[in-house]
Amino acid sequence: MKVLLSGDEAVARGAWEEGVVVATAYPGTPSTEILEALATLPGVHAQWSPNEKVALEVGIGASMAGVRVLVAMKHVGLNVAADPFMTLSYTGVRGGLVVVSADDPALYSSQNEQDNRHYARMAKVPMLEPVDSRECKELMEEAYHISETFDTPVLFRITTRIAHGKGVVELGRRREVSSKGMELDPAKWVMLPNFARDRHPIVEERMERLVSYGESFPGNRMELREPDLGFITSGVAYQYVREAFPRASVLKLTLTYPLPRARVLDFAGRVKRLFVVEELDPFLEEQIRALGIEVVGKQVFPRVGELSPELVKKGVEKGYKPSFVAFPDIPQRPPSLCPGCPHRGVFVVLKKLKVTVFGDIGCYTLGALPPLSRLHSCICMGAGVGMVHGAEKAGSSGRMVAVIGDSTFYHSGITGLADIVYNRGASTVVIMDNGTTAMTGKQGHPGTGVALQGEGKRIHLESLVKGLGVDRVRVVDPYDLKAMEEVFREETESPEPSVIITRRPCTLITPGPIGFFSVDEDLCIGCGVCVKVGCIALSMVGEGEERKARIDRHLCYGCGVCAQVCPKGAIGEDEGVS
Amino acid sequence: MYHDVINLVFCGVGGQGVLLASEVAAQVALEAGLDVKKSEVHGMAQRGGSVFSHVRLGRRVFSPVIPLGKAHVLVAFEELEALRYAPYASPQARILVNTLRVNPITVLSGEASYPEDPLGMLKKHFTNVEAVDALALAIEAGSPRAVNSVMLGLLSRYLPFDPRLWLTVLEQRVPAKAREINVKAFGLGRELSS
Repeated sequence: MKVLLSGDEAVARGAWEEGVVVATAYPGTPSTEILEALATLPGVHAQWSPNEKVALEVGIGASMAGVRVLVAMKHVGLNVAADPFMTLSYTGVRGGLVVVSADDPALYSSQNEQDNRHYARMAKVPMLEPVDSRECKELMEEAYHISETFDTPVLFRITTRIAHGKGVVELGRRREVSSKGMELDPAKWVMLPNFARDRHPIVEERMERLVSYGESFPGNRMELREPDLGFITSGVAYQYVREAFPRASVLKLTLTYPLPRARVLDFAGRVKRLFVVEELDPFLEEQIRALGIEVVGKQVFPRVGELSPELVKKGVEKGYKPSFVAFPDIPQRPPSLCPGCPHRGVFVVLKKLKVTVFGDIGCYTLGALPPLSRLHSCICMGAGVGMVHGAEKAGSSGRMVAVIGDSTFYHSGITGLADIVYNRGASTVVIMDNGTTAMTGKQGHPGTGVALQGEGKRIHLESLVKGLGVDRVRVVDPYDLKAMEEVFREETESPEPSVIITRRPCTLITPGPIGFFSVDEDLCIGCGVCVKVGCIALSMVGEGEERKARIDRHLCYGCGVCAQVCPKGAIGEDEGVS
Repeated sequence: MYHDVINLVFCGVGGQGVLLASEVAAQVALEAGLDVKKSEVHGMAQRGGSVFSHVRLGRRVFSPVIPLGKAHVLVAFEELEALRYAPYASPQARILVNTLRVNPITVLSGEASYPEDPLGMLKKHFTNVEAVDALALAIEAGSPRAVNSVMLGLLSRYLPFDPRLWLTVLEQRVPAKAREINVKAFGLGRELSS
């Protein structure tokens, strides 16, 4: 049967057809849908782990116990999982183990656009890169074959355009792969220095065997058409090359690391002009140059952002200009906090108190954008908790807090909070507990007790932070601005570490409206203070004396934050509706 | 360079059903036996932000992304978003615009102002601009949420697929209780004269 699947769904389907028994991940765009799809298929234990490092460690344990495993993450997730990943290369696997890295060129939903192909080289593991949904599924067979034949984890690298692109996929049946049973072999699995020292040469020798394997691997396909123009390419860039130059010759690399050197040399000898087309870094280009081959690459193709058919065309044909109509000066439409979002009130109060706010990754990162403009840093998951402590120890004065979401706190905030307590900090950490992993689409996490395939056990947040040694733990409703202001004042002035939990479910979990608010036009003075809370349900209409606030009834959730900031009491809740 | 492939761009504001509409169009093409590719973005981009989806159909499709200036139809659920994604449309493209204006947060906060006449701007550069009050038709069909079915009905006039195929796929993709309304909305969109 032919169906239309996203790359993520096709990865899941492929892993399932190859008999995967355990699958783990932490949600992260653009990789989230892989585990969501796998969780619906029979015979698989699929789970969200608190973070990517744990997800990979769970995967390694399952592999050592003899079954096939898939672990998925976004590109920056592999930074979190890099510690086990590097040494996993030394131990190798028992049941086949595939790590999917979903990279995000152009940063549609990420804090950087790092090129994770370098991880394959650094960890010395083979890497496969599919060009569309069909290959996302079909290459899984090869991925598990390589993993088990060469005793190695396999890095399966996709990008946003592959992960969230859809294409036609032919569905197959599941291959039942029986467990090989636990492997107890200290020389292979206990990486003490003397054992690890013996594993390293095995890794080097494995990579040489993989070079030979790649030479005859059918996925590294030479497509000989006209000999004047040749391209070496992989991933979605292959599609852009085919689109822009359908008659050119192409060496399509699928096993992109280690590089099949003889095949590259062979292809280079068959074309007159040779280009390497790859998104982000000159990963293939530098290795190809090291073989003594003259190629054109990053001199003409950008290192930043995504490629496209026209960027490929432009790089090859000097002076090529696609013709199109553009309206460059139109207003942007950036994402913003939803109407009723429980994060909004927190930023309104932090702004009023002029607090310096160290943040991290989640919907609440949007608190950095106007008109709220009240988040001053975002580095990585959990970073704000460490940073507020660092700023305190640097002698910074004035009110400061870290803000972190509940899911992010379980991912990477716990150790930072332990640092504050242990090193006698006095910082305040605000855990914005909306009861879900909101940005990626309301996945469960340890604080919710909702597991990917059913009910998990909930870890109680207050008990956890108290257990870490925080004596001052306050819980406040983020819809109550006055109560929040009082708590924020007290805790930022306290000489002890404190945690403020602002608790309200995400509006994605409890779709409203829970009420309606409207503006009394006789009382409204048109000052515009209410629209500064950054809610798309609110706007100012009319000019001069007639300028009044208006609330869009179709959009209002009924949180009442705007009513609390109005200096004239002109916004009120409508009676008798719910 | 781009023979035999039909390119569609869907765009609008998060929550309008843009992605579902593009999903239906892609599925119709698949069931008609064509190769299909589709590209969009999830995650942060969806929190009330601008949303787009590229759908390409034909005998064989390579790039999931439509080259600039090559889309045959632009299906815009909102006027400002029609301007934003116009660079993908060819000068001869059908520009189907829902006459709705949703102020982005940048306009609400006073940083920017909404263009006065987006349709006029489009008509200056494109010959086939068709403006439709899809919301009114959706309400006529029974629900303001059926805007996407109105737009699909309108789009279906310009694609070589049997309307029955559209309806079959549409019925599979919308919740059972909303089926009748969406079928009616599709019909209202399709009957519009161009």
